[in-house]
Amino acid sequence: MAKNFKRPDGRKNNEHRPIKAKVGIIPNADGSAMFSTGDTIAIAAVYGPRQMHPQHKQDPEKGVLRCTYTMNSFSVSDRIRPGPSRRSMEIGKITQWALEPAVMLEKFPSTVVDVHINIIQADAGTRCAGINAASMALAHAGIPMKGLISSISVGKLDKNVVVDLSKEEEDFEEGEGATDIPISMTSDKELTHIQLDGKIDKKQLKEAIKLAEEACEEIKKIQTKALKESLGNEESVDEDKDKDKNKEKSE
Amino acid sequence: MGKRKVVVPGEVIAEGDKLPGEGTKKKGKQIIAMRYGLADESAKLIKIIPLSGVYHPRRGNMVIGKVDELTFNGWRVDIDAAESAFLSLTEVPRFVNKNNLEEVMDIGDVAVFKIQGVNKRGVDLTIKSRSLGKIDEGIIIKINSNKVPRVIGKEGSMIKLIKENTGCNITVGQNGLVWIKGDKIDNELLAKKAIIFVTKKSFISGLTEEVEKWFEENKPSQTKASKTETKTKSSEKAKKSEKSEESKESEKKNEEDNDKKENKKEKKK
Repeated sequence: MAKNFKRPDGRKNNEHRPIKAKVGIIPNADGSAMFSTGDTIAIAAVYGPRQMHPQHKQDPEKGVLRCTYTMNSFSVSDRIRPGPSRRSMEIGKITQWALEPAVMLEKFPSTVVDVHINIIQADAGTRCAGINAASMALAHAGIPMKGLISSISVGKLDKNVVVDLSKEEEDFEEGEGATDIPISMTSDKELTHIQLDGKIDKKQLKEAIKLAEEACEEIKKIQTKALKESLGNEESVDEDKDKDKNKEKSE
Repeated sequence: MGKRKVVVPGEVIAEGDKLPGEGTKKKGKQIIAMRYGLADESAKLIKIIPLSGVYHPRRGNMVIGKVDELTFNGWRVDIDAAESAFLSLTEVPRFVNKNNLEEVMDIGDVAVFKIQGVNKRGVDLTIKSRSLGKIDEGIIIKINSNKVPRVIGKEGSMIKLIKENTGCNITVGQNGLVWIKGDKIDNELLAKKAIIFVTKKSFISGLTEEVEKWFEENKPSQTKASKTETKTKSSEKAKKSEKSEESKESEKKNEEDNDKKENKKEKKK
């Protein structure tokens, strides 16, 4: 590995971009969340469980998770054509597969949970941001889950394995060029999704997964914190205390 | 009742000799949360109180729903749940002409139902009881179904308070639909405001007093007749200042009060 390698924005190889997460941003949805890393911002809204239409798609054995991924036309500098595209449909499907292992679909048979992901600002790693936001939104909607899903894109720039590529890094062309590996995993570090775009050898792939594990651990902490904080001072809800207070006042 | 804390899916709530309740599972010796909510521990049993999510119908619940469709032997009802609900002909406490179901209830009619049972096919409803049946007048508002217990209060204390202060008849469906019926529209709107206030402030301790205060500040002058001196004072204030201003003021006041309360709490700790 080249020792004097420097990332364009000066980050360390295992350093992700600054992350922000917030829950409950869409009042009309049953659950919602925002997740951003650097300049990438994803919002997710969850509706349901609700009745599945069309009816022939109902599954009486287990529920259905239906994900859509949309990149808003203003999310990139060159306006993209709105509406479903090959890419957005593919990422919607990928998101669904990444989330399904964590959602206990058998708890709501014959119904559907809709997950809508919107990328409102894109700077690489949008599918990962979308999956992170969707996972928080699902939890916020009170859907029974085995755990949260965290996602990060790991990459290889020339011969260096780095975490959370930005758009600038994705277009890296020196040496061997850039490889992009989006990875999603459960809180137990089980992979639910891995994609690879480029070239990488076995040893470095293992190294990349290890980096992803560390990053996902951190992301999970941020997701957990955001979910807990969305309630403000609810943690101090203690009904016994309520009673005591009432007594004090009445006396 | 122990201290409650917010948990997220996959989080370990407790370890050792505990029993897993609703929304949790046991893995080895650990109790793990399966959903987002408040973990509540009582007598070794740990369960999760949901804070969000759609309404989950249960037997015995009183709900408010809207008739969606007439079938040959009953009514299909939308009760804002994932499951479809059905009111059978036999569950109506009067004679029904099978060819003229709309005589009893037509599509679009709203009524109060009781859930008789929940099975794989859906929810069975009944209106064979007092206080159930079609709603003719009043207003219906939708609140988060998880906040219904707060709106009702301990042994109905909160809803009683709102009823007394507004003179309205209020029915809270467990599915989050609330029917308010009063003799005057103003009273109904006041009750609506009060309920929305409760849902917004649902996580403050001592909410009942908070709502009492809110009523003192927000009550219009006409409905005041039977109240005590302190309350008439505030009504005079209301007369002087314009309504919109007053509501703004009261909002501020509420906020200040909350701040004070929080400060007190911190001091206590």
